[in-house]
Amino acid sequence: MRTIIFRTIAPYLSALMVLFSIFVLLRGHNEPGGGFIGGLIAASALAIFGIACGVASVRRAIVFHPMGVSGFGLFLSALAGLPSIFKAQAFMTSQWLEVHVFGVEVALSTPLFFDIGVYLVVVGAIGSIALALEEREAD
Amino acid sequence: MESGVVILIGMFFTVAVYLMLSKQLVRILLGIAILGNAVNLLIFTNGRLTREVPPLIPDHLYAPETATANPLPQALVLTAIVISFSFFAFLLVLAFRAYQELGTDEVDEMRIAEPEHDQTPPQGY
Amino acid sequence: MAGSSVSVDLSQAMNTAPIALGDWLVVAPSLITILGGALCLMLRKNTDLQPKLGIGFLGLLVVANLALLIRVLDHGVITMVMGSWLPPFGIAFTVDTLGITLSLIGSIVAFCAGVFGAATVDSTGRRYGFYPFLLLLMTGVCGAFLTGDIFNLYVWFEVLLISSYGLLVLGNDRIQLDGAVKYGVLNLIGTNLFLIATGMLYGIFGTLNMADLALKVAALENPASGTLATVAALYFLAFAMKAAAFPVNFWLPASYHTPNVVVSAVFAGLLTKVGVYALIRIFVLILPASRGYMADVIALVAIATLLTGAIGALAQSEVRRLLGYVVIAGIGSMLAGVAVGSTLAISGAIFYAVHSIIVMTALYMAAGIMNMMGGSYDLRQLGGLYQKSAAFAAVFLVLGFAVSGLPPFSGFWPKVILVDAAFSDGRTWLGAAILVSGFLTTLAMGRVWIFAFWRGGPEGTTDGETVAISGETGTQLSGAAVWLPLGILTALVVYFGLQPEWMLELSTQGASGIVEPLGYLRSVFGGQV
Repeated sequence: MRTIIFRTIAPYLSALMVLFSIFVLLRGHNEPGGGFIGGLIAASALAIFGIACGVASVRRAIVFHPMGVSGFGLFLSALAGLPSIFKAQAFMTSQWLEVHVFGVEVALSTPLFFDIGVYLVVVGAIGSIALALEEREAD
Repeated sequence: MESGVVILIGMFFTVAVYLMLSKQLVRILLGIAILGNAVNLLIFTNGRLTREVPPLIPDHLYAPETATANPLPQALVLTAIVISFSFFAFLLVLAFRAYQELGTDEVDEMRIAEPEHDQTPPQGY
Repeated sequence: MAGSSVSVDLSQAMNTAPIALGDWLVVAPSLITILGGALCLMLRKNTDLQPKLGIGFLGLLVVANLALLIRVLDHGVITMVMGSWLPPFGIAFTVDTLGITLSLIGSIVAFCAGVFGAATVDSTGRRYGFYPFLLLLMTGVCGAFLTGDIFNLYVWFEVLLISSYGLLVLGNDRIQLDGAVKYGVLNLIGTNLFLIATGMLYGIFGTLNMADLALKVAALENPASGTLATVAALYFLAFAMKAAAFPVNFWLPASYHTPNVVVSAVFAGLLTKVGVYALIRIFVLILPASRGYMADVIALVAIATLLTGAIGALAQSEVRRLLGYVVIAGIGSMLAGVAVGSTLAISGAIFYAVHSIIVMTALYMAAGIMNMMGGSYDLRQLGGLYQKSAAFAAVFLVLGFAVSGLPPFSGFWPKVILVDAAFSDGRTWLGAAILVSGFLTTLAMGRVWIFAFWRGGPEGTTDGETVAISGETGTQLSGAAVWLPLGILTALVVYFGLQPEWMLELSTQGASGIVEPLGYLRSVFGGQV
C-alpha cells in the first residue's frame, strides 16, 4: 500500500477530508449531514493517513489518545443538554444564541454543541478501532 | 412494494440464521452482521415505504408541503445501524484476538473457560 | 427556528409549562454517570486519580437516586420528555416506584463495587478503563430502569452491553477472550431479537412510548391476536436471553467466572436483573393480555430455570461458576412472579430482584476474598478459612442463608410472597419448584461453607484436624476497601430480612403501579387519560 503516489497524496487527501467532515458537521442542522457522518469521514481520513504514513505518525498528529477524544466528545454532548435548566425547560431543549461576527449572523445553539460532541465521539471511537487494526496488521 | 421487501427480509433472516448455526466464529459474525441488516430493513418497512419524498422541510416553511417519507423509522434505523456497526467492529476485533490467543476459530474447541474434562465436585470431606 | 419571523404556536408540539428543578432528578442518574464516565475516560492514564473520581461519581449517583426516590414517593410518577416535545413524540423518561427502587439498589451495589475495585483492580485494569466502563455501565442500567420509551430502552441495553464487553475483557487473558466471545455473540443476538419485536410493535401501533403503547394495546378488540402474540413471544425470548432463563442460559456460566471478580460481582448483581425488569415492564404494563396468554409457558420456563440453576450449582466445584448457577436459580424465582402476574406476585418478583442484586454482588465479592485468603476458587483446594477469619465465615453463612431464602435474611420474604402467590393462583408445581430450588441452593451454599470454611484444610484433611494455610497465598488484603463494601451489602441483607416493611411497601407500590397503570399514564399524558 505504501506506494510513492499514495504516500505523497495521503496528507493532502486527509486534510481535505477533515475539512470536508467539518463542513458536513456544520451543515447538519437543517440539511443532510451532521456529527455522526462527519465523524465517520474524519475517522476515515485518519485511517487513510495511517495506512500511508504509519500509525505512529497519526497518533502524533492528533496529539490526544483517540479514547480521550471520544471521552471529551461524550462530555460535551452531555453538557449540551444542560443549559435549558436555566429556563425551566426539559433536558435537551434546544437553546439558541445569535452572534454577529463581521456582519455575518452566526447561530450558536446547543444542538450544534451536541453534534460537535457526537463528531468527536465517532472520530475517537472509530479512529481508535481503525488504528488498532492497522497497528496489528503491521506486526 | 412492501411485499417484495418482505421477501427480501425473509431471505436475509434465512441466510443470517444459517450462518449463525455454523461453528466457525467468522461465519457466526457474518451471520450477525446480516441479521442486523435484516432487522434494520424490517424496522424500515414497518414504517411504511414511501418513495422519493425525503422528510425535509424547506427553509421558509414550518411543516412539509406534501406527505413525506416517515422520518422516525429512519432515525431508528440510523441508531440501530450505528450500534450494530460498532458492535460488529468490536466483535471482529474480539474474534481476531480470540483466534490469535486460542489458536482456533471453531467454537466447539473454545473450552478454556469451561474445561471439557472437569473434575467432579468433592463428594465428601 | 432562530431568525425567522413566522409565528408558530409551539404549545401544539412542545411542553411550554415550566419544569420544576426537582424533576431534573429524572435525568440526573444517567447524566452523572455519563459525565463521570467521560471524565474518567479522558483521565485514563492517571491511575491514582481514577478510583477517587469513579467512587465520587458513584456516590453522587446514589445520592441522586435517593433524592429521586423521595421525590417519586412524594409526587407520584414523574415524567420528563427530552427536548420538551409533547408525548408521545419526544423520548420520555417516566420514573415510577418500580424503576427508581431498582435504580437506587443498583447504584448502591455499583458504589460498593467501585470501592471494592479500588483494592482488586490493578493499574493495568484501571488503564484499560475499569472506572469509565463501570460508570457507563451504570448509565445503561439506570437509563433502562428510568426510561419510558421502548426504543430508548433498547439503546440503554446496548450502552450497558458495550460497557460490559469492555469490563469483561479488562485483562485480555485467554480465558476472558473465550468467555467474552460467548457472552458477546449471544447477548448481541438477544438484543437483535428485542429490536425485531420493537420494530414490529412500531409497525402495528406507530408509537414507541410505553404509556401510549399501553393505551393502544388496551384499546384493541383482540389483544392476544396473531401479530401481537409474535411480538410477545419475541420479547419473551429476547429478555429470557438477557436474564439467562432456561434454555437460553448457557452463556452465563460460560462467561461470568472469567473476568476480574469485582466485574463478575457487578454483572451478577445487575445485568440479568435488567432483563427481568424489562420483562416485567413490557409484559405487565404494555402486553398484559399476552402475559395471561403465555403464563403457562412462562411458568414452565421458570420451573426449568429454578431447577437447572440449583442442580447446576450442586455440580460445580469452582466457587464463581457455582455462584453463576445460583444467579440463574434466582432468575427462575422472578420469572415465577411474572408467570403468576397478580399484584402480589409482581411485588414478590420486585423484592426478589432487589434481594438478588444485593446478595449476588456480595457473594461474588466474598468469593474474591476467599480467593485472596485461600489462594484458589476451587472447593477442593480451599479450606480452613474459619480459623483465618471467623467474622468472614459468619458473613458468608449469612449470605448463603439469604440466597437460599432462609429466614431471617432478605431472601426469605420475597420467597414467601412468591410461593404464596403461586399456591393461591393454583400453580402448585411452581410453588413447589421454588421451594425445591431453595432447598437445593441451601445444600450448594452449605457445601461451599463446609468445604471452604469449616474443613481444616484442602481436600484430604481429616475431620477435626487443622492444616496451617500458607499465609502468603493470594494478594494481601487491603483493609477497608475490601471489607467496607461487603459489610454494607451484608448489612442491607440483614436489614431487609429483619425490617422488610419498607421494601415490602416499595415493591407493592411498584407492582400496583404497573398492574393498574393509571398513575403512570396520567404522568405522561396529563389528566386526559
